[in-house]
Amino acid sequence: MSGITSFEGDQSTALLRMALSGRRLPRWGVPAAAVVALAAAIGLNAVTGIDGVAGTLVVAILLFVAGQTGWSFSVEGRRHALDRLATTAIYATFALALAPLIGLLATVVVKGSQVLSSSFLTTSMRSVSPRSEGGGLYHALLGTLEQVGIAALIGVPLGILTAIYLVEYAPSGSSRHLARVVSFFVDVMTGVPSVVVGLFVYTAFVLTLGMQRSGFAASIALTILMLPVVVRSTEEMLRIVPRSLREASYALGIPKWRTILKIVMPTAIAGIITGAMLAIARVAGETAPLLLTTFLSQSINPDPFTGPQSALPTFIWDQFSSGTDASVNRAWGGALVLIILVMVLYAVAKIIARFAGVKKL
Amino acid sequence: MSTTLEPTGTPVPSSAARGITGASVRPGDRVFLGLSRGAGLLILLTMASIAIFLVVKAIPALQANTANFLTSTAWFPDQSPAVFGIAALVFGTVMTSIVAMVLAVPVGIGIALFIAHYAPRRLATALGFVTDLLAAVPSIIFGMWGLQFLTPHMEGLGEWLNTYLGFIPIFTNTLGLYSKSILIAGVVLAIMILPTISAITREVFVQVPRDHIEAALALGATRWEMVRLSIFPFAKPGMISAAMLGLGRALGETIAVALILSASYDINRHITEPGGNTFAANIALRWNEAGPIGLSALVASGLVLFVITLVVNMGARAVIARRAEFSGAN
Repeated sequence: MSGITSFEGDQSTALLRMALSGRRLPRWGVPAAAVVALAAAIGLNAVTGIDGVAGTLVVAILLFVAGQTGWSFSVEGRRHALDRLATTAIYATFALALAPLIGLLATVVVKGSQVLSSSFLTTSMRSVSPRSEGGGLYHALLGTLEQVGIAALIGVPLGILTAIYLVEYAPSGSSRHLARVVSFFVDVMTGVPSVVVGLFVYTAFVLTLGMQRSGFAASIALTILMLPVVVRSTEEMLRIVPRSLREASYALGIPKWRTILKIVMPTAIAGIITGAMLAIARVAGETAPLLLTTFLSQSINPDPFTGPQSALPTFIWDQFSSGTDASVNRAWGGALVLIILVMVLYAVAKIIARFAGVKKL
Repeated sequence: MSTTLEPTGTPVPSSAARGITGASVRPGDRVFLGLSRGAGLLILLTMASIAIFLVVKAIPALQANTANFLTSTAWFPDQSPAVFGIAALVFGTVMTSIVAMVLAVPVGIGIALFIAHYAPRRLATALGFVTDLLAAVPSIIFGMWGLQFLTPHMEGLGEWLNTYLGFIPIFTNTLGLYSKSILIAGVVLAIMILPTISAITREVFVQVPRDHIEAALALGATRWEMVRLSIFPFAKPGMISAAMLGLGRALGETIAVALILSASYDINRHITEPGGNTFAANIALRWNEAGPIGLSALVASGLVLFVITLVVNMGARAVIARRAEFSGAN
């Protein structure tokens, strides 16, 4: 290429490129088609009276797709027309996914911020009727922190131990088949619906073992939901710890369990924490198992083992179902608090993951 | 998953190395192995007891039931004699999931393609993070948003479908009411399972060997032809299992559906009309008002849901087992 250009100059480069790759739309083709389509849609809008911004946009997009594909077909041929069509479709799917996310976050922030205040965070719903303004979600926030906290205290160590078994012990030992079964069921467990887990905790712990419907019963359900996520993420982290680290440790005569605790775990710890936090964020918003395993409460109950205890999701459910203006507003306030809680966990987890991944040798 | 357990694929010392360290004789190791194996066994125990307890507690209602459990659409388990069946729940669950899958699978694959192969490298990580955020939104918030925000916008679509596609039975609307419908529930479910589908397909798409992609492009393929020739064939098992895992999530989703549908126990083919019910939503809605047999009946319906999701998930695992290491749990 460069040899030819130096002889013949710019014009022949263009000719040569055309000969090699066929005729293409000019660079300004796509934006131009978009502008024309939008203008035409607004024009049509005035003539046919299609209402609203959404309608106009839909028409504009359809015109753009038709126009661009047609133009490309006539200039570049079928293959490139199809390629442009696919590109447009793929960009459109992404926009389509962003729209609900933005719409949802905007709704929650706008509606939630109307009731969010310091008293909303520090008072309970005790003796506040559904119709009246005021009240708050302190009792629910406390309940969520306790229930999720207990679930994390049980679920995270269990999950990490299971992952250690799967990665460090099982493959070399005699129990390879057992490990394979465990691994399979960890995967299957991720797919068990949360409402089924709630049913299980109710039938096993409440009906059979005589436990009360309580915050702790909810914690058990959340633990079960959290476990497979912790196992999988920890497993993945342990697997990328370099083998040479373990071998160096063994070479120094350090026992296997100390190698795992002092060498393998510290190396992978950032990733393990990230996985655990994502698991916690995932269960913090679970509603169905809580509805089945706790009783709703309007007042503060710091004891997760006895009596009714609300949590943020059940508070939202309760307020939203009450259906009065005041209670629905409170539900949106609760949604905002819950989403902030989850997103903070999520963001911190991702930041830890980015800045402190497994140390490479 | 099975291939990840092959000794060659794991960074664990071979049996020879173990012999040198003498790992098996140390008491600390025995304790630690016991603990970690116990944790693994606890997972098996949990899964087994879920099945056992659901079966045991479902029996009283199934014995008391005077209607056909599979074909009846009624739900009066606390009457005497008890009359209930899951036909309406099966229909509602399947229809909402079909709507969700029809919408979410192509869009989810599109998003994955966009992030893996179309978006600029620099932007891709951030975009991946944004779609993951969608997964972090609690389902009850999806339900509230679907009911209060999406429903008014969807009513126009319902009317449009009735006017122009009304000759297709499922789009007919004889009531003139368009809220609280299976269609809206399905759309919300689609949004909720999008991140599941796109995250897993994305994982597979980025693993397509560079050589396959460059070979296709070097032969003069357009980008779309490259996608069809190099990416899709390689990623097919991953895409199928991503779709199945998404389906599993849609089948079991509770609160969002419970908020959106106006629960009714009939089989209504017109998906833009109010009504419909699903297994999971029915459990949440009927739970607190149910008597002993009512609870048992709900457990029985939960057992059916458990079995269905189990089959779907195991299917997904079986498909992907050939190309291990995508689990959906991450």
